[in-house]
Formats: sequence, C-alpha cells, structure tokens
Amino acid sequence: MDFLYDDEQDALRDAVKGLVGKAYSDYENRRRVVEKDPGFDEELWARMADMGLLGLPFAEEDGGVGAGPVEIGIVCQELGRVIAPEPFLTSVVLAGGLVSACGTAEQRQEILGALSGGESVLAFAHDEPGRGWTPSAQQVTASQDGDVWTLTGVKEPVPFGARADVLVVSARLPDGGTGLFVLDGAEAERTGYPTYDGTRAARVSFDGTAATPLGEPGADLSNSISTVQDISRVMAANQALGAMQFLLPTTCEYLRSRKQFGVPLSTFQALTFRAADMYVSLQLTRSMVDWATMVVARGEPEPVADAARRVSLQVSRAGRHVGQEAIQLHGGIAMTMEYSVGMYTAHLTALDHLLGDGGHHLRELADAVTTYDALDPLG
Amino acid sequence: MQLELTEEERAFRDELRDFFTTKVPQDIRDTVAAGGELTRDQLVESMQTLNAAGYAVPRWPVEWGGQDWTEVQFHIWHAEMERAWVPTPLAFNAGMIGPVIAQFGTEEQKKEFLPKTANLDIWWSQGFSEPDAGSDLAGLRTTAVKDGDDWVVNGQKTWTTLGQYGDWIFMLVRTDPEAKKQAGISMLLIDMEAEGLEVRPIQLIDGGHEVNEVWFEDVRVPGANLVGELNGGWSIAKFLLGNERVGVAPPGIVKRVIARVKGLAEERYADDPLMRSRIAGLENELLALELTAVRVAANSAEGKPDPASSVLKLKGSELQQAVSELVLDLAGPAGLASGASEASELSEWERLAGPQYLNLRKASIYGGSNEVQRQIIARNILGL
Repeated sequence: MDFLYDDEQDALRDAVKGLVGKAYSDYENRRRVVEKDPGFDEELWARMADMGLLGLPFAEEDGGVGAGPVEIGIVCQELGRVIAPEPFLTSVVLAGGLVSACGTAEQRQEILGALSGGESVLAFAHDEPGRGWTPSAQQVTASQDGDVWTLTGVKEPVPFGARADVLVVSARLPDGGTGLFVLDGAEAERTGYPTYDGTRAARVSFDGTAATPLGEPGADLSNSISTVQDISRVMAANQALGAMQFLLPTTCEYLRSRKQFGVPLSTFQALTFRAADMYVSLQLTRSMVDWATMVVARGEPEPVADAARRVSLQVSRAGRHVGQEAIQLHGGIAMTMEYSVGMYTAHLTALDHLLGDGGHHLRELADAVTTYDALDPLG
Repeated sequence: MQLELTEEERAFRDELRDFFTTKVPQDIRDTVAAGGELTRDQLVESMQTLNAAGYAVPRWPVEWGGQDWTEVQFHIWHAEMERAWVPTPLAFNAGMIGPVIAQFGTEEQKKEFLPKTANLDIWWSQGFSEPDAGSDLAGLRTTAVKDGDDWVVNGQKTWTTLGQYGDWIFMLVRTDPEAKKQAGISMLLIDMEAEGLEVRPIQLIDGGHEVNEVWFEDVRVPGANLVGELNGGWSIAKFLLGNERVGVAPPGIVKRVIARVKGLAEERYADDPLMRSRIAGLENELLALELTAVRVAANSAEGKPDPASSVLKLKGSELQQAVSELVLDLAGPAGLASGASEASELSEWERLAGPQYLNLRKASIYGGSNEVQRQIIARNILGL
C-alpha cells in the first residue's frame, strides 16, 4: 500500500501541466475562452487529443490508451488546478465511460475512436427537470417499433449538450428500467446557455426522435450507469481537489501581500487561523481523493459506489469551506469576474452539484450506517 | 499508488492480529473497549506482554528494541492494536522520553533507562507544564541550580498525567535565568522518590484523578541526569512535542468507539435520520483522517514528524470530542446515572458517557492546544 505516484505518472502530470496548465496560466485566457461558444478552446481540445488524453480511459482496441484511474485522476486534477473549461469530465469520463461500459464492440470503436481522436464531442443527456443524481430516467421515454427506437421528452441541463456531436441519452424503457441511446446531436432540438462557472449546458428535447440503443436493445442499464456515475464522481473529486489546491496558496499569498491598517493581512490571527482550517480541509480531502481513486483502480462496483459517496461527501464539505473562505479572506476583489478566485469557487460549486452534493451522499451513507461495524479503508 | 497489502504485509497483519487477540489478557481489552479505567498493574502487564514480543516500542532505534519496519507495517501495528482494544504502550515511555533518550542521551543513560522504559519497569511522568506556562511553555519558571556535581530543583509542575503512578519524571527546568526564555531551558531526569518532591492530586470535572501537581523543594538531582546539552532543552522539547502530536488523538481508536456504540445502541438511532447522519458524517471524517495519518506517516523521515502532524492533532481531537458528544446524546437521560453502581439497570456505556464527554474536553487543550496547532500550520506550513 502506498500513496505515491510513479515516474510515468509524474511525467503525465508534467505533460498535462505543460499543455493545459500553460494554456490557462493567465486567468484572462480562460475568461476570453468561456465568453464565447462553445465555452471551451477547440484548438486546445484537439491538442489534448493529440497528446492521447481524450482516449486515456478507453481500451486500445477501441482507439484509446487503456490508462488507469490514477492517470485519469491526474488529468482531472490538473484541469481543476486551472479550472479548464474543456469537457474532459463530462464528455470523456462520463459519456465516453458509458459507451465504453455498455456499447457493442462496433459502437465502442466508432464512437470512442472519434472521441479519442478529438473529432467528436460527447454529452450525456441524463438529468431531467425536477430530478437528478439518480441512475435512472423517468421523463424521457423510449418506444420501440420493430428495429426502430424513438425518444420523447426533455433532458435538462445537459453539460455541453448544444455543442455535442454525439448525445448519449438515458430513457425509460417500455418494459421498465433505463436504457441508453445514441444519436447525432443535430437530431435533437437543443437550446444552449452558459452556466455560472463559465461552461455550457443545454435543454435537449426529443419528440419521437430516432436513436440507436447502446449495447443490447431493451436492456436495463441502470447498474452500468450507476457505476460510471460513481467513477465520474471520483474523477470530479480529483478535479475539485486541483481547484482547491490552487485556492489555498493563492489566498495565503494574498494575506501576505495585501496591506490594511498599515500591515499585511497575515498579521491578523483571525485570518491566519481560518487559512489553517482550510489547510486541514485540503489535507483530508487529498487523502480521501487518493484513496477513492485507488478503490476505482481495484474495480469492484460495490466498493467503488461506497468510495464515491464518501469522497463526494468530503469534497462537497471541503469545497464549500475552502471556496467560501477563499472569497471571504480576499474580500471584495474575489467577488469580481476579473479575479480568478471567485470563479474557482463557482466551478467548485458546479462540480459539487454535477453528480450529487454532500447532502445527497450523506443521506445514502446514513441509510447504510447499521450494515457495517468499523470502516477499514485498507480492506 | 496502490491500496492492496502485499502478501508479506497480510501475513504480518495476521500475525499481529493473532498476537493481540490471544496474548493480551481479555479483561484488559474489555475494559479498554468499554472506555473504563485500567489499573497501573493492568497497564504494566499489557506493555510487558507487548515488549516481550518486540511490539512495545517498534519506533525506537533497532539496537534499543525498535523494529526495522516499513511505514505500512507501523500502520498495521497501530491499526491491529486498536482493533483488538489493546492499550497503546504508555505514551510517556514509548512515545516521549524513550525516543528522546535514544536521540539525545549519553550511552550510560541509554543503557540505564531504555530497557526499563521499554518494559515499563520505570513508569515515566511528564514535567513540562506549570501554572504560568501552559501554551507558552517556554515561560516555565522551575529552576535547577548547580551545586557541586548536583542540580538543586525548586518549583512546581502541573497537569502531570498519572503522576500518582510515576517512578521517574522528565522535566524541563530553567538552568540559565539570564538567557532569552527558550535558550535557558534544560531537560533533567528526576527520581520521584527524591526528597523534597511531592505529588498532589487534582480532581477533574469528570470526578476522576487523572492529573497532578508535582512540587519540588530543594530536590537534589545528580549531574549525570541532564539529557542533551545544558540549555539545549528547548529543541528536545520540540522534538518530543512533535512526536506527541502524531499519536495523541488516533482516529483508529475513535472509529472503534463509534463502531462499538453503534452495536450497543442500535435501537436508539435506527429510526432516527438525524442521528444516523451524524454517525455517518463522523465516520466519514474519521476515515479521511485515518487515511491522512497513513499518508503523513509515510512522509515522516528520520523521526522528524511531517509538519502536517498538526492536522492529526487538531482534527483528531475535534473528532474525538464530537464522538463523545454523540455517545452522550445516544445515552440520553441514562447518561445522568454516572454515579450508579454495577447493579444499575443502565448499561456501562451509558453510565460512562457523561464523564467521558467532560473528560475529553481536555483533548483540544493538551498536546499543544488546537489554537497552537493552527498557529503552527499558519506559520510553519503556510508561511503566514
């Protein structure tokens, strides 16, 4: 058992830093990129594909790289560190993960090959007005007529749904259960808009729209959806960790340099103690993120579900704590769009609500609290 | 990064698990599990059992009874002791003065004290705090004045935990009253049988006698009992306090407390969503802290604790207190029955819950108060 990255993993981190970290080293660049559609840098996305990042999680026979969760986590951390708006988490990890888990060999090669090559952006159309964070679909229904399947209903919000070349859509099956379907993004009626952290989401509606079942037609894929969501939760936690790892030193630097009452803010214990508490939150979060990522590497769905709940709870609490305190310790400057810190907190907030916030996961953990004795993280 | 234990590590774990659950007497482990008070004899018996097998002081240098283990093995050792409710080796001996003598002591001191310290043939007490030197430890005023080859000690120590059992006491004393306050401090080892030394009990808010005052009136101490350099006591104290922070609020034990009360009080919380979420939330934070302890231990080189050890003390004590509060809340009105005898209808955990809650208020004060830990983090780690 160890918590250390090996040389190849360090090299991957350096490479991602060299590409994505460099592209957004100046926060102004991110501001400029998210101001206009599609809300991320297409050129950078293509270079990420060239580096092999977009195929990282997928098998080599599907056009991917076949890397493990630790490597994917490293990419997410570095994207989070600069709050890169590129849809790696939602397009590659989540939507691509579903295709990888559920698609036929042919579907995997076609869809994941194009995703890995940067030719196609995927989106997972899943949340429905009034409900979310579940592995099932209710309001969008699938109908079958011979070999032809059609979808009807509304998905919203769909991350990067207006830009997506391919939509992966969850829908209630005629005999119950939830199936997955793929179709060209252009086939659906889409209304895109910006989100509060500068990325994009969309209302996506279907009205008897033809779609292809992902994997075996008519099969209930709730369990697979659930597991891919859990893996994505752990990767979202990696991304949030990266963002928090930016916020703390940035806040400390501000406390050292900003003067009020003729002295640096760091002379006020009321402020430095709060920074110390942010450090505690960050340390606990890092341990939990590393642990959960290693649980994903082991691959058994039940432990992965448990680890996803646990790390999501920790990251939700810590993300709110660190994000809120970073703004407060900065004061008014962090309320502005031109300064990065407020947008980091916005991004942490968005990540918190993407796949289930702390309260959601705590409720599930509380339900299970009588089913085990003491937690043993090392099994 | 990997989670699995290797085959060797699993075998090591099984060996320890077997030892702790079969060799350490059941009555001792039951008392620990219930949160009860162990007698001096029980603590000595337990530590001697561990020492005979090489499990009492594994972190010491190998030549003095330590083990050449990996950090994973140290973690397993700790986790398995906690799992079996084996009392942790006496901190004053195993975690405080032992490593200090091994690092700073003379050969004669090592030979004289280390074997007896490992075997708890000597019970050590800690003479650091004074009435006017708590968090500001360097403000201590107990003096040691040279008289021939001896030192003559005068003054008062306080908060001496289990001093009523102590054979020897390791002391910080002022040896140069002219120097700047940290620079005039030395460490002395004093036989508690010495003439002029008196231990007086302090009763705490839980009703128990856990700590003491120790008074010194012209106590003569042989010159050979100085540890390290004259006036070099402050760096020894920092070394010792750094080690203390790591072990003072172990998340592994606190999670066992939750697990135990979960089993004993299931009917109290099974249908109570608020209580269930408090339990789940605390378990999650303890998990994060336990993982952090493993991660930080791996970074501690050469017996120098990672500065992040302040996180373990700060968060560990907060969670320990929060769990004691949870247990008392689960006990409900039964928690009032702290003075009831064994004949009571109420369970032992219920009767102990109130005193334990009150007793654990100490956890955020001792071992460097949590405010001192925040100061260490802000200054030494964050550069503020």
